[in-house]
Amino acid sequence: MQLRSPLARVRGLGAARAGTDEFITQRLTAIALIPLLLWFVGSIIHLARADYATVIEWIKTPWVTVALILLILVLFLHAHSGLREVLQDYVHHEIIKTIAMVAMKFFVITITVSSVLAVLRIALGG
Amino acid sequence: MAEFRLPAHSAVKKGKLVNRVENAKHVKKFLIYRWDPQEGGNPRLDTYEVDLDKCGPMVLDALLKIKNEIDPTLTFRRSCREGICGSCAMNIDGTNTLACTKPIENIKGDVKVFPLPHTEVVKDLIPDLTYFYAQYASIKPWIELHTAIPPDHEMLQSKEDRAKLDGLYECILCASCSTSCPSYWWNGDRYLGPAILLQAYRWIIDSRDEATGERLDNLEDPFRVFRCHTIMNCTNTCPKGLNPGKAIAEIKKMLVQRR
Repeated sequence: MQLRSPLARVRGLGAARAGTDEFITQRLTAIALIPLLLWFVGSIIHLARADYATVIEWIKTPWVTVALILLILVLFLHAHSGLREVLQDYVHHEIIKTIAMVAMKFFVITITVSSVLAVLRIALGG
Repeated sequence: MAEFRLPAHSAVKKGKLVNRVENAKHVKKFLIYRWDPQEGGNPRLDTYEVDLDKCGPMVLDALLKIKNEIDPTLTFRRSCREGICGSCAMNIDGTNTLACTKPIENIKGDVKVFPLPHTEVVKDLIPDLTYFYAQYASIKPWIELHTAIPPDHEMLQSKEDRAKLDGLYECILCASCSTSCPSYWWNGDRYLGPAILLQAYRWIIDSRDEATGERLDNLEDPFRVFRCHTIMNCTNTCPKGLNPGKAIAEIKKMLVQRR
Protein backbone atom coordinates (compact mmCIF):
# COMPACT_ATOMS: atom_id res chain seq x y z
CA MET A 1 0.00 0.00 0.00
CA GLN A 2 1.18 3.48 -0.87
CA LEU A 3 0.84 5.83 2.08
CA ARG A 4 2.47 8.85 0.44
CA SER A 5 0.08 10.95 -1.60
CA PRO A 6 0.40 10.67 -5.40
CA LEU A 7 1.38 14.35 -5.60
CA ALA A 8 4.18 13.82 -3.06
CA ARG A 9 5.46 10.96 -5.22
CA VAL A 10 5.26 13.05 -8.42
CA ARG A 11 7.10 15.98 -6.83
CA GLY A 12 9.68 13.55 -5.44
CA LEU A 13 13.09 15.12 -4.98
CA GLY A 14 12.16 18.07 -7.20
CA ALA A 15 13.48 19.06 -10.60
CA ALA A 16 17.24 18.59 -11.02
CA ARG A 17 17.49 21.93 -12.91
CA ALA A 18 19.67 20.02 -15.38
CA GLY A 19 19.40 18.28 -18.70
CA THR A 20 19.42 21.31 -20.97
CA ASP A 21 23.24 21.37 -21.29
CA GLU A 22 23.16 17.65 -22.03
CA PHE A 23 20.49 18.30 -24.66
CA ILE A 24 22.57 21.07 -26.29
CA THR A 25 25.72 18.90 -26.22
CA GLN A 26 23.90 16.03 -27.88
CA ARG A 27 22.55 18.23 -30.70
CA LEU A 28 25.82 20.13 -31.27
CA THR A 29 27.93 16.95 -31.40
CA ALA A 30 25.39 15.41 -33.77
CA ILE A 31 25.70 18.40 -36.12
CA ALA A 32 29.50 18.42 -35.90
CA LEU A 33 29.63 14.70 -36.66
CA ILE A 34 27.95 15.11 -40.05
CA PRO A 35 30.91 16.79 -41.82
CA LEU A 36 33.52 14.97 -39.72
CA LEU A 37 32.15 11.52 -40.48
CA LEU A 38 31.55 12.31 -44.17
CA TRP A 39 35.16 13.43 -44.46
CA PHE A 40 36.45 10.43 -42.47
CA VAL A 41 34.50 7.80 -44.41
CA GLY A 42 35.41 9.48 -47.71
CA SER A 43 39.08 9.51 -46.78
CA ILE A 44 39.04 5.86 -45.66
CA ILE A 45 37.46 4.81 -48.96
CA HIS A 46 40.08 6.86 -50.78
CA LEU A 47 42.87 5.24 -48.75
CA ALA A 48 41.45 1.73 -48.91
CA ARG A 49 44.12 0.44 -51.27
CA ALA A 50 46.95 2.65 -50.04
CA ASP A 51 50.03 1.12 -48.39
CA TYR A 52 51.09 1.58 -44.76
CA ALA A 53 53.49 4.46 -45.42
CA THR A 54 50.88 6.48 -47.32
CA VAL A 55 48.36 6.19 -44.50
CA ILE A 56 51.00 7.21 -41.92
CA GLU A 57 51.90 10.21 -44.08
CA TRP A 58 48.21 11.09 -44.34
CA ILE A 59 47.73 11.01 -40.56
CA LYS A 60 50.86 13.12 -40.13
CA THR A 61 49.42 15.94 -42.27
CA PRO A 62 48.74 18.64 -39.62
CA TRP A 63 45.10 19.36 -40.55
CA VAL A 64 44.31 15.64 -40.79
CA THR A 65 45.73 15.15 -37.27
CA VAL A 66 43.54 17.98 -36.00
CA ALA A 67 40.45 16.65 -37.76
CA LEU A 68 41.04 13.10 -36.53
CA ILE A 69 41.39 14.21 -32.90
CA LEU A 70 38.27 16.38 -33.27
CA LEU A 71 36.40 13.41 -34.71
CA ILE A 72 37.46 11.19 -31.81
CA LEU A 73 36.51 13.75 -29.15
CA VAL A 74 33.17 14.67 -30.70
CA LEU A 75 32.28 11.06 -31.49
CA PHE A 76 32.90 9.78 -27.97
CA LEU A 77 31.23 12.79 -26.36
CA HIS A 78 28.18 12.01 -28.49
CA ALA A 79 28.43 8.29 -27.65
CA HIS A 80 28.62 9.14 -23.95
CA SER A 81 25.53 11.28 -24.29
CA GLY A 82 23.63 8.56 -26.13
CA LEU A 83 24.67 5.72 -23.81
CA ARG A 84 23.63 7.83 -20.82
CA GLU A 85 20.18 8.29 -22.35
CA VAL A 86 19.88 4.56 -22.99
CA LEU A 87 20.79 3.71 -19.39
CA GLN A 88 18.38 6.34 -18.04
CA ASP A 89 15.62 5.04 -20.31
CA TYR A 90 15.90 1.33 -19.72
CA VAL A 91 17.70 0.58 -16.44
CA HIS A 92 15.47 1.18 -13.45
CA HIS A 93 17.35 -0.54 -10.64
CA GLU A 94 19.18 2.37 -8.95
CA ILE A 95 22.30 0.43 -7.90
CA ILE A 96 22.69 -1.36 -11.25
CA LYS A 97 22.09 1.95 -13.04
CA THR A 98 24.79 3.71 -11.02
CA ILE A 99 27.32 0.93 -11.59
CA ALA A 100 26.52 0.79 -15.32
CA MET A 101 26.75 4.58 -15.60
CA VAL A 102 30.16 4.74 -13.88
CA ALA A 103 31.50 1.78 -15.88
CA MET A 104 30.23 3.35 -19.11
CA LYS A 105 31.92 6.69 -18.31
CA PHE A 106 35.25 5.03 -17.45
CA PHE A 107 35.09 2.95 -20.62
CA VAL A 108 34.31 5.92 -22.88
CA ILE A 109 37.05 8.07 -21.30
CA THR A 110 39.58 5.23 -21.62
CA ILE A 111 38.91 4.61 -25.30
CA THR A 112 38.87 8.37 -25.99
CA VAL A 113 42.30 8.88 -24.40
CA SER A 114 43.67 5.73 -26.10
CA SER A 115 42.41 6.81 -29.52
CA VAL A 116 43.80 10.33 -29.20
CA LEU A 117 47.12 8.99 -28.00
CA ALA A 118 47.27 6.62 -30.99
CA VAL A 119 46.82 9.53 -33.41
CA LEU A 120 49.33 11.70 -31.52
CA ARG A 121 51.96 8.97 -31.48
CA ILE A 122 51.75 8.64 -35.24
CA ALA A 123 51.59 12.40 -35.80
CA LEU A 124 54.40 13.35 -33.43
CA GLY A 125 56.44 10.12 -33.33
CA GLY A 126 59.57 9.58 -35.38
CA MET B 1 15.00 -3.03 -16.94
CA ALA B 2 12.21 -1.84 -19.16
CA GLU B 3 9.45 -4.40 -19.39
CA PHE B 4 9.06 -5.64 -22.91
CA ARG B 5 6.73 -8.48 -21.94
CA LEU B 6 3.60 -8.42 -19.85
CA PRO B 7 4.01 -9.71 -16.30
CA ALA B 8 2.61 -13.27 -15.91
CA HIS B 9 -0.52 -12.10 -14.10
CA SER B 10 -1.32 -9.58 -16.87
CA ALA B 11 -1.10 -11.96 -19.86
CA VAL B 12 -4.45 -11.90 -21.63
CA LYS B 13 -6.10 -15.33 -21.87
CA LYS B 14 -8.66 -16.45 -24.44
CA GLY B 15 -12.17 -15.69 -23.21
CA LYS B 16 -15.58 -16.96 -24.22
CA LEU B 17 -18.10 -16.17 -26.93
CA VAL B 18 -20.78 -14.39 -24.90
CA ASN B 19 -23.60 -14.15 -27.43
CA ARG B 20 -24.58 -14.95 -30.99
CA VAL B 21 -26.63 -12.74 -33.29
CA GLU B 22 -29.01 -14.64 -35.63
CA ASN B 23 -30.80 -13.32 -38.71
CA ALA B 24 -28.77 -10.14 -39.14
CA LYS B 25 -26.99 -8.76 -42.20
CA HIS B 26 -24.19 -6.76 -40.60
CA VAL B 27 -22.72 -8.53 -37.60
CA LYS B 28 -19.49 -7.28 -36.09
CA LYS B 29 -17.44 -9.15 -33.51
CA PHE B 30 -16.13 -7.16 -30.55
CA LEU B 31 -13.21 -8.70 -28.66
CA ILE B 32 -13.14 -6.97 -25.31
CA TYR B 33 -10.61 -7.10 -22.47
CA ARG B 34 -12.24 -8.27 -19.26
CA TRP B 35 -10.76 -8.30 -15.78
CA ASP B 36 -12.60 -8.23 -12.48
CA PRO B 37 -10.53 -7.63 -9.32
CA GLN B 38 -13.06 -9.63 -7.29
CA GLU B 39 -12.63 -12.70 -9.50
CA GLY B 40 -8.85 -12.21 -9.71
CA GLY B 41 -6.91 -14.41 -12.11
CA ASN B 42 -5.70 -13.31 -15.52
CA PRO B 43 -7.57 -10.94 -17.81
CA ARG B 44 -9.40 -12.53 -20.75
CA LEU B 45 -10.64 -11.45 -24.15
CA ASP B 46 -14.40 -12.06 -24.45
CA THR B 47 -16.21 -11.99 -27.79
CA TYR B 48 -19.51 -10.20 -28.30
CA GLU B 49 -21.53 -10.07 -31.50
CA VAL B 50 -23.32 -6.85 -32.34
CA ASP B 51 -25.90 -6.27 -35.07
CA LEU B 52 -24.66 -3.05 -36.63
CA ASP B 53 -28.07 -2.31 -38.17
CA LYS B 54 -29.43 -1.90 -34.64
CA CYS B 55 -26.49 0.01 -33.26
CA GLY B 56 -25.13 3.57 -33.43
CA PRO B 57 -22.08 4.34 -35.58
CA MET B 58 -19.35 4.67 -32.93
CA VAL B 59 -17.49 2.10 -30.87
CA LEU B 60 -18.98 3.63 -27.72
CA ASP B 61 -22.47 2.99 -29.11
CA ALA B 62 -21.57 -0.68 -29.48
CA LEU B 63 -20.09 -0.83 -25.97
CA LEU B 64 -23.26 0.74 -24.54
CA LYS B 65 -25.41 -1.68 -26.54
CA ILE B 66 -23.40 -4.59 -25.14
CA LYS B 67 -23.71 -3.26 -21.60
CA ASN B 68 -27.43 -2.51 -21.92
CA GLU B 69 -28.58 -5.57 -23.84
CA ILE B 70 -26.02 -8.34 -23.59
CA ASP B 71 -23.76 -8.13 -20.56
CA PRO B 72 -24.33 -5.53 -17.80
CA THR B 73 -21.08 -6.53 -16.05
CA LEU B 74 -18.97 -4.90 -18.79
CA THR B 75 -17.36 -1.87 -17.14
CA PHE B 76 -16.01 1.27 -18.77
CA ARG B 77 -15.99 5.04 -18.27
CA ARG B 78 -18.06 7.30 -20.49
CA SER B 79 -19.84 10.56 -20.09
CA CYS B 80 -20.31 13.09 -22.88
CA ARG B 81 -20.34 10.71 -25.89
CA GLU B 82 -19.03 13.53 -28.11
CA GLY B 83 -15.27 13.70 -27.57
CA ILE B 84 -15.12 16.50 -25.06
CA CYS B 85 -14.84 14.79 -21.67
CA GLY B 86 -12.06 12.29 -22.38
CA SER B 87 -13.59 9.56 -20.19
CA CYS B 88 -13.84 6.79 -22.78
CA ALA B 89 -10.19 6.77 -23.87
CA MET B 90 -9.17 3.18 -24.59
CA ASN B 91 -7.09 1.14 -26.99
CA ILE B 92 -9.29 0.31 -29.98
CA ASP B 93 -7.99 -1.61 -33.00
CA GLY B 94 -4.42 -1.09 -31.75
CA THR B 95 -4.62 2.67 -31.26
CA ASN B 96 -5.41 4.76 -28.21
CA THR B 97 -8.47 6.83 -28.98
CA LEU B 98 -11.89 7.89 -27.72
CA ALA B 99 -14.54 5.21 -28.15
CA CYS B 100 -17.16 7.89 -28.75
CA THR B 101 -15.46 9.43 -31.79
CA LYS B 102 -14.14 6.20 -33.35
CA PRO B 103 -16.46 5.00 -36.14
CA ILE B 104 -16.97 1.24 -36.19
CA GLU B 105 -16.98 1.22 -39.99
CA ASN B 106 -13.35 2.44 -40.04
CA ILE B 107 -12.23 -0.81 -38.41
CA LYS B 108 -11.52 -3.78 -40.65
CA GLY B 109 -12.32 -7.19 -39.21
CA ASP B 110 -13.03 -7.77 -35.53
CA VAL B 111 -12.92 -4.82 -33.17
CA LYS B 112 -10.39 -5.35 -30.39
CA VAL B 113 -10.87 -3.17 -27.33
CA PHE B 114 -8.30 -2.95 -24.51
CA PRO B 115 -7.76 -0.49 -21.66
CA LEU B 116 -5.07 2.19 -22.16
CA PRO B 117 -1.69 0.43 -22.42
CA HIS B 118 0.75 0.14 -19.52
CA THR B 119 -1.74 1.35 -16.93
CA GLU B 120 -2.94 -0.38 -13.77
CA VAL B 121 -6.42 -1.70 -14.53
CA VAL B 122 -9.17 -1.00 -12.01
CA LYS B 123 -11.70 -3.16 -13.83
CA ASP B 124 -12.28 -4.16 -17.46
CA LEU B 125 -11.62 -1.04 -19.57
CA ILE B 126 -11.00 1.34 -16.65
CA PRO B 127 -7.38 2.35 -16.08
CA ASP B 128 -6.17 3.87 -12.81
CA LEU B 129 -5.24 7.47 -13.70
CA THR B 130 -4.55 8.67 -10.14
CA TYR B 131 -0.85 9.24 -10.76
CA PHE B 132 -1.56 10.90 -14.12
CA TYR B 133 -3.86 13.41 -12.39
CA ALA B 134 -1.25 14.02 -9.66
CA GLN B 135 1.27 14.77 -12.41
CA TYR B 136 -1.24 17.22 -13.85
CA ALA B 137 -1.64 18.89 -10.44
CA SER B 138 2.15 19.15 -10.13
CA ILE B 139 2.39 21.58 -13.06
CA LYS B 140 -0.06 23.97 -11.37
CA PRO B 141 -2.67 24.20 -14.14
CA TRP B 142 -3.91 27.68 -13.33
CA ILE B 143 -2.75 31.26 -13.88
CA GLU B 144 -0.11 32.22 -11.31
CA LEU B 145 0.19 35.90 -10.51
CA HIS B 146 2.64 38.03 -8.56
CA THR B 147 0.88 41.28 -9.39
CA ALA B 148 -1.99 41.97 -7.01
CA ILE B 149 -5.06 42.35 -9.19
CA PRO B 150 -8.35 43.50 -7.69
CA PRO B 151 -11.09 40.87 -7.91
CA ASP B 152 -13.22 43.09 -10.16
CA HIS B 153 -10.34 43.69 -12.58
CA GLU B 154 -10.10 42.05 -15.99
CA MET B 155 -6.86 40.51 -17.28
CA LEU B 156 -6.73 41.42 -20.91
CA GLN B 157 -5.08 39.33 -23.58
CA SER B 158 -4.43 40.34 -27.17
CA LYS B 159 -5.94 38.31 -29.98
CA GLU B 160 -2.42 37.26 -31.04
CA ASP B 161 -1.59 36.01 -27.54
CA ARG B 162 -4.90 34.20 -27.34
CA ALA B 163 -4.13 32.51 -30.66
CA LYS B 164 -1.03 30.95 -29.06
CA LEU B 165 -3.32 28.79 -26.92
CA ASP B 166 -4.98 27.25 -29.98
CA GLY B 167 -3.97 23.63 -30.34
CA LEU B 168 -3.31 23.50 -26.58
CA TYR B 169 -6.51 24.46 -24.81
CA GLU B 170 -8.43 21.75 -26.70
CA CYS B 171 -6.62 19.01 -24.76
CA ILE B 172 -9.16 17.05 -22.69
CA LEU B 173 -6.60 15.03 -20.68
CA CYS B 174 -7.86 11.67 -21.93
CA ALA B 175 -4.34 10.22 -21.48
CA SER B 176 -4.34 8.58 -24.93
CA CYS B 177 -1.01 10.24 -25.80
CA SER B 178 0.80 9.61 -22.53
CA THR B 179 -0.15 5.94 -22.49
CA SER B 180 1.04 5.52 -26.10
CA CYS B 181 4.49 6.91 -25.28
CA PRO B 182 7.29 4.35 -24.70
CA SER B 183 9.20 6.87 -22.59
CA TYR B 184 6.13 7.20 -20.39
CA TRP B 185 5.79 3.41 -20.23
CA TRP B 186 9.38 2.94 -19.05
CA ASN B 187 9.73 6.05 -16.86
CA GLY B 188 6.18 7.18 -16.11
CA ASP B 189 7.06 7.61 -12.44
CA ARG B 190 9.39 10.53 -13.21
CA TYR B 191 8.72 11.54 -16.84
CA LEU B 192 5.63 13.75 -17.00
CA GLY B 193 4.45 12.44 -20.37
CA PRO B 194 3.07 14.26 -23.43
CA ALA B 195 -0.37 15.18 -22.06
CA ILE B 196 0.98 16.86 -18.93
CA LEU B 197 3.81 18.57 -20.85
CA LEU B 198 1.35 19.93 -23.41
CA GLN B 199 -0.71 21.27 -20.51
CA ALA B 200 2.45 22.70 -18.90
CA TYR B 201 3.24 24.50 -22.14
CA ARG B 202 -0.33 25.81 -22.28
CA TRP B 203 0.35 27.76 -19.03
CA ILE B 204 3.93 28.67 -19.98
CA ILE B 205 2.79 30.32 -23.21
CA ASP B 206 -0.22 32.07 -21.64
CA SER B 207 0.54 35.82 -21.80
CA ARG B 208 -1.36 36.44 -18.53
CA ASP B 209 0.73 34.03 -16.46
CA GLU B 210 3.61 35.51 -14.40
CA ALA B 211 5.35 32.30 -13.37
CA THR B 212 6.93 31.24 -16.67
CA GLY B 213 10.41 30.98 -15.15
CA GLU B 214 9.28 28.93 -12.16
CA ARG B 215 7.32 26.66 -14.48
CA LEU B 216 10.42 26.08 -16.62
CA ASP B 217 12.49 25.52 -13.44
CA ASN B 218 10.12 22.78 -12.38
CA LEU B 219 10.35 21.06 -15.76
CA GLU B 220 14.11 21.33 -16.26
CA ASP B 221 15.05 17.82 -15.30
CA PRO B 222 16.61 14.90 -17.18
CA PHE B 223 13.48 12.88 -16.41
CA ARG B 224 10.55 15.30 -16.22
CA VAL B 225 10.94 16.67 -19.75
CA PHE B 226 14.11 15.28 -21.33
CA ARG B 227 12.88 11.67 -21.44
CA CYS B 228 11.00 12.83 -24.55
CA HIS B 229 12.90 11.48 -27.56
CA THR B 230 10.50 12.86 -30.15
CA ILE B 231 9.03 9.42 -30.86
CA MET B 232 5.76 11.19 -31.86
CA ASN B 233 3.38 8.38 -30.88
CA CYS B 234 1.59 11.10 -28.92
CA THR B 235 0.84 13.21 -31.97
CA ASN B 236 -0.13 10.16 -34.04
CA THR B 237 -2.64 8.92 -31.53
CA CYS B 238 -4.21 12.16 -30.24
CA PRO B 239 -7.98 11.79 -30.83
CA LYS B 240 -8.31 15.59 -30.84
CA GLY B 241 -5.66 16.03 -33.55
CA LEU B 242 -3.31 18.00 -31.29
CA ASN B 243 0.48 17.95 -31.37
CA PRO B 244 2.00 17.28 -27.92
CA GLY B 245 5.35 16.53 -29.59
CA LYS B 246 5.55 20.11 -30.83
CA ALA B 247 4.57 21.51 -27.42
CA ILE B 248 7.40 19.55 -25.79
CA ALA B 249 9.83 20.78 -28.47
CA GLU B 250 8.75 24.36 -27.67
CA ILE B 251 9.46 23.78 -23.96
CA LYS B 252 12.92 22.44 -24.83
CA LYS B 253 13.49 25.48 -27.06
CA MET B 254 12.62 27.82 -24.18
CA LEU B 255 14.93 25.92 -21.83
CA VAL B 256 17.75 26.35 -24.36
CA GLN B 257 16.81 29.98 -24.97
CA ARG B 258 17.21 31.00 -21.31
CA ARG B 259 20.68 29.48 -21.00
